[in-house]
Amino acid sequence: MTALLQVAGLTTCFPMSQKNVPIVDALDFEVGRGEVLALVGESGSGKSMTALSLMRLVPKPGRITAGSVRLDGQELLDLSVRSMRSVRGSGVAMIFQEPMTSLNPVIRVGEQVVEAIRLHERVSRGAALDRCRELFEQVGIPDAAERVNAYPHQLSGGLKQRVMIAMALSARPRLLIADEPTTALDVTVQAQILRLLQELQEETGMSILLITHDLGIVNELADRVAVLYAGRIVETAPRTALFKTPKHPYTQGLLRSMPALAPSGERLPEIPGMVPSPSDWPLGCRFASRCARAMDQCSQSLPEFTDQGPRHTVACYAVSQADSQSGHGWAGGTPEGL
Amino acid sequence: MESHLASNGIVAALFLAAGVTVWMVRRSRLWSSAFVSLWRRRRFALLVTGVYVAVALLDSVAWVGGDSLAVDTVARHEARSVIDRVFGGNQEKSYSAPFAEAEFYGGGDLRYPGRHWLGTDMIGRDIFYLTLKGARVALLIGGLTSLIAIPLALLFGISAGYFGGRIDDVVFFLMTTLASMPGLLLLIALIMVMGKSTLAVCVALAVTGWVGFCRVSRGETLKLRELEFVSAARSLGVSEFQIVMRHILPNLMHLVIITFVLMFSGLVLSEAILSWLGIGVDGSWGQMIDQARNELSRDPIVWWNIAASGTALFGLILAVNFVGDALRDVLDPRTIEDER
Repeated sequence: MTALLQVAGLTTCFPMSQKNVPIVDALDFEVGRGEVLALVGESGSGKSMTALSLMRLVPKPGRITAGSVRLDGQELLDLSVRSMRSVRGSGVAMIFQEPMTSLNPVIRVGEQVVEAIRLHERVSRGAALDRCRELFEQVGIPDAAERVNAYPHQLSGGLKQRVMIAMALSARPRLLIADEPTTALDVTVQAQILRLLQELQEETGMSILLITHDLGIVNELADRVAVLYAGRIVETAPRTALFKTPKHPYTQGLLRSMPALAPSGERLPEIPGMVPSPSDWPLGCRFASRCARAMDQCSQSLPEFTDQGPRHTVACYAVSQADSQSGHGWAGGTPEGL
Repeated sequence: MESHLASNGIVAALFLAAGVTVWMVRRSRLWSSAFVSLWRRRRFALLVTGVYVAVALLDSVAWVGGDSLAVDTVARHEARSVIDRVFGGNQEKSYSAPFAEAEFYGGGDLRYPGRHWLGTDMIGRDIFYLTLKGARVALLIGGLTSLIAIPLALLFGISAGYFGGRIDDVVFFLMTTLASMPGLLLLIALIMVMGKSTLAVCVALAVTGWVGFCRVSRGETLKLRELEFVSAARSLGVSEFQIVMRHILPNLMHLVIITFVLMFSGLVLSEAILSWLGIGVDGSWGQMIDQARNELSRDPIVWWNIAASGTALFGLILAVNFVGDALRDVLDPRTIEDER
């Protein structure tokens, strides 16, 4: 059986000072059925733009210039606008970072979910409202029957995010894209929402593409992880492998700078330098200028992906050269240490 | 000349619409509670507005015949409204002060001594009657013009703000072109081209008046377009048209209400200015003020004319502003306190 979502060579460009700059550059990844793939990267690495590209909702003047996105074998980039619209919601649904502005302030929340349900299913208003109450109960909204009539401002941030999730689930999507679903929430609510996402994933068997910068969330929810740096994937690995044996110097740097893993009492290690801006991305590896293990080759051409274990690929010259040797670079903790 | 039948028809339609509105308001908890709190906040302003509307409606229902002999022969064959029948027909030859028993200048006999509550003007028309007649004109100008201008502004503003690109360029060009012309000059030109009728004045006022709100709605749409509930709707597969109707337009409604009120009073005032230039609508308060202007220089002064029309104008504008202000507070879900 093929993967649910297959992305190959996905490139999204924005025109900047008279040239097209690829914000998302030749991404390859897959999301299996019932799998949770985390897309990790810092701000500006192109995580959200990747999500919008998958939905074909890249804001103007950006556009997808190359690649293929296949959902269940169906090429999404070739679909007409109308059929793409029917894929949104029922094929791929999305929840957003900011629950405060993700709901229309002047329409009752139940009404908004009913609208979403009736978009993809020909059901009566009454039936849609019943299903809306079911969804509200499913996502753990207390007093679901009453909350249906609430306006967004009458709900807390956590409840709003639950409504958003209910809305995203309304058309039974096969893939749920969660774009930083818990960033705007406080820590206890974060944990609840993550648990909810996990339960829903197990119940419905849908796949989740989790977009985040928080490795703690990755460790709780993800099956596999793809690390994004400056518009390119640098490392893909199963979760445990990534936390135990990260290969790419960037991934190692990220993990080293996690407070939970760092030795206490010392200054938290950081990755020196800054992410280069998209308009002057180098020819070679984009991490080269900040990398302690950079070689001449690194700034000349882009490294190819090499296998580093089961389903574990890395794009780094240093790693592929040092393949035979072992035990250098990583001396951090284990996921249990988180 | 069956214009009174059309007028009666419109009144009937308005009553029908009002009935449906009342029925809908009573059915929806949100709207009925909005009305209750509106009533609680601005009872007096609502009542005053209601009186103006009632007078205008009474002046719009007209029929032919059934007149007393007091009316002259020609008028007996014309359609006359309820206001005409109740308050009209007490024509004098010259000025009469309020409640006067004799003519203001010269002290000659009045035909209807003591019956002119607000006096009469130079040609002996009863000011109270003329003031009542002005309500219809004012509401017609304010209402009809807003009805033309606001949908126009919303259409252009939302499409420019939401779709951007070429559409935005065209709309913006149109707006800046209109805004760069002196408004009054454009108004005069338009009225000259279309002829001096109520409708022409309304259309002219609408053409010059939609730009301001268009700019506001364009800006607001630009802001709303970027909010996440619009992205969320898009990611659920809602069509662009549906997004505009369900997610952009309702979020502009509070602006529509404020604009309608401000525009309404502004329009009634601009009509007064047009009347001063001699291109206003016949029978408006603006025209009365214009005529009364000359009477202020008489000795002893004739003050009741300008006082009546000015007060009527002032009262309407104040009441409508109060109601609109309260209505906005009451309807905006972000300012409603939870009363359940």
